[in-house]
Amino acid sequence: MKLNKFWFIIAAVFLIGIAFTMVADNEFYFYATYAVMQLMIMGIAWNILGGFTGYVNFGSGGFFAAGAYTTVFLHRAFDAPPLLIAVLVAPMVCGLIGLGVGYFTLRLKGVYFAIATLAVAIILETIVVNWEFVGGAGGYYLLIPENVVFFDSYIEWLFVLILAITLIAIIVSRYLNSSKIGQGLAAIRDDELAAESMGVPTLKLKLISTTVMGGLMGAAGAPFPYFITFVEPVSAFNLLVAVMAIAVPMIGGTASWIGPVIGGLLLGTIQETVTVNISSELNLLIVGVVLVGFISLAPQGITGLYQDFMRKRRKGND
Amino acid sequence: MIELFINAVVAGVLLGGFYAAVALGLSIVFGRLDIVNIAHPAFVIIGSYMAFYVNENFGLDPIVTSFLFLPVFFLLGIVMYRFYYVCFERTGQESLSGLAYFFGIMFIIEVLIILVYGVDYRNVQAPYIGHSLWINDWIPLGDFRVSLPYRMLVPFVVAAVVTGGVYLYLSKTYLGRAILAVSQDRVALQLMGANPIKVKQWAFGIAIATAAIAGALLIVIHPVEPSVGRLYIGRVFAIVILGGMGSISGTFFAALMIGIAETLISTFIGPSWAPAAAYGILLVTLAVRPQGLFGRA
Repeated sequence: MKLNKFWFIIAAVFLIGIAFTMVADNEFYFYATYAVMQLMIMGIAWNILGGFTGYVNFGSGGFFAAGAYTTVFLHRAFDAPPLLIAVLVAPMVCGLIGLGVGYFTLRLKGVYFAIATLAVAIILETIVVNWEFVGGAGGYYLLIPENVVFFDSYIEWLFVLILAITLIAIIVSRYLNSSKIGQGLAAIRDDELAAESMGVPTLKLKLISTTVMGGLMGAAGAPFPYFITFVEPVSAFNLLVAVMAIAVPMIGGTASWIGPVIGGLLLGTIQETVTVNISSELNLLIVGVVLVGFISLAPQGITGLYQDFMRKRRKGND
Repeated sequence: MIELFINAVVAGVLLGGFYAAVALGLSIVFGRLDIVNIAHPAFVIIGSYMAFYVNENFGLDPIVTSFLFLPVFFLLGIVMYRFYYVCFERTGQESLSGLAYFFGIMFIIEVLIILVYGVDYRNVQAPYIGHSLWINDWIPLGDFRVSLPYRMLVPFVVAAVVTGGVYLYLSKTYLGRAILAVSQDRVALQLMGANPIKVKQWAFGIAIATAAIAGALLIVIHPVEPSVGRLYIGRVFAIVILGGMGSISGTFFAALMIGIAETLISTFIGPSWAPAAAYGILLVTLAVRPQGLFGRA
């Protein structure tokens, strides 16, 4: 029953999204919701490795940018192929990077892994800065295709695309969370040594975890060049991406798949509102303060607070 | 070619000495107390802006300023540790939440500096900036010309003195040895009647205080903008891990190695590849020899 409800909501959200493109005219709504969903995907991706498995990744920006630069590379190399191809290729590329990073670093203790991911992001950035083919340090301009099939404007197509990616990310994340794999990942998070000795294939599970994380980050980054039409390494590899990817699940709650969805909606909405109404620097400060506040005061996030609340209420009734 | 090589190595040694000053605090905190203070370079940047502010308004030498500000940074470190202890260490959540906490702190510091000073590069004035010491004036080297810019030489000397001072402090004084003890066996220290939390707090204060000096040295070496700190995260962690986690002398030699590697790459391959050097070395170290070059196997 619950499963049916989940699929029903997923289908309903997708249809509402499509209907939204028919009704709404103001492009701002599409830009704003695109940003919120991009944030949500990054949070979901980070949470698969960080929340489910307990390995902190500081290099989200690297994977995100690798996805964006896959699009740029394809755009340059094959004379602007359809974006859909890039969206399919980028997760594979980033998944492979995730697999490689995982293979080399996951035998390390958590802390070293976190630092290694930071190192991977900087090394990728240095490569892109020195790679003239994709624009180097100067950046790369993309022209948005003039004719759009089916939709009124290109941003509406981007909106539907990112909506689909978001929903797929949620489905994948929910599957990993509730399946046997998810139990294995949770065992790794709680006590890796015990899990290993009970016969949990820890390395294999961790590699699945990093690969899926990389793939989803890449999927979030793939449409990005078309969204902003100009990519350069500093903004693509921005530390903000890494901070956001951590903040979203930390605020929503890291233990289950619903956490980053809630966190993404909340943080994304706050961000868009503050950026439009006040200033973008203040917006960054708010993100930082909210992140540190949640980590120190409510480490289980909003879902944790909700569970505590329900538990207390049940106790009160007894 | 050889002249270029020698100059690159000399510059690398000077740069490495400065890196040691940046990594020193992290070596204590990460190497000895097991606290992953990823925000350490951000505190270094605060030190840079403090030196800039005083230099701009009162004309005081940046390095002298940093020594005057040591108590402030020491107290800042104590407050930081207190908060960290109450929120994470006491409840055993330091692995995931603690990491994210310092990451958030780093981000907040960066944004605050941007809000106050903007994203422009800032630099300081000091009499030794802009001149060089020519080794050829002292030692006849034939055709080679080897130069030591004072803006590198002064930070190197200060960094070496500070590193030596911390080394002596940790190995000779009562509190310094207590810091070593808390990293080795916390329970035993407790049984001896010392409070491990107080010792850790003290150590964290010292670590952040060294960031003030490192920050002043940084702004002497090159102009600073708020996000410069990020580049140092990889460098300092590479240095601390290479140096064998908490060994002060190991940290110093590892810093020299990273400095030389960077200037060699910068000279012979290109400056834009230099930032990746430390990270590359770090990744290889982690994959091949996680206990570091100077660490116990």
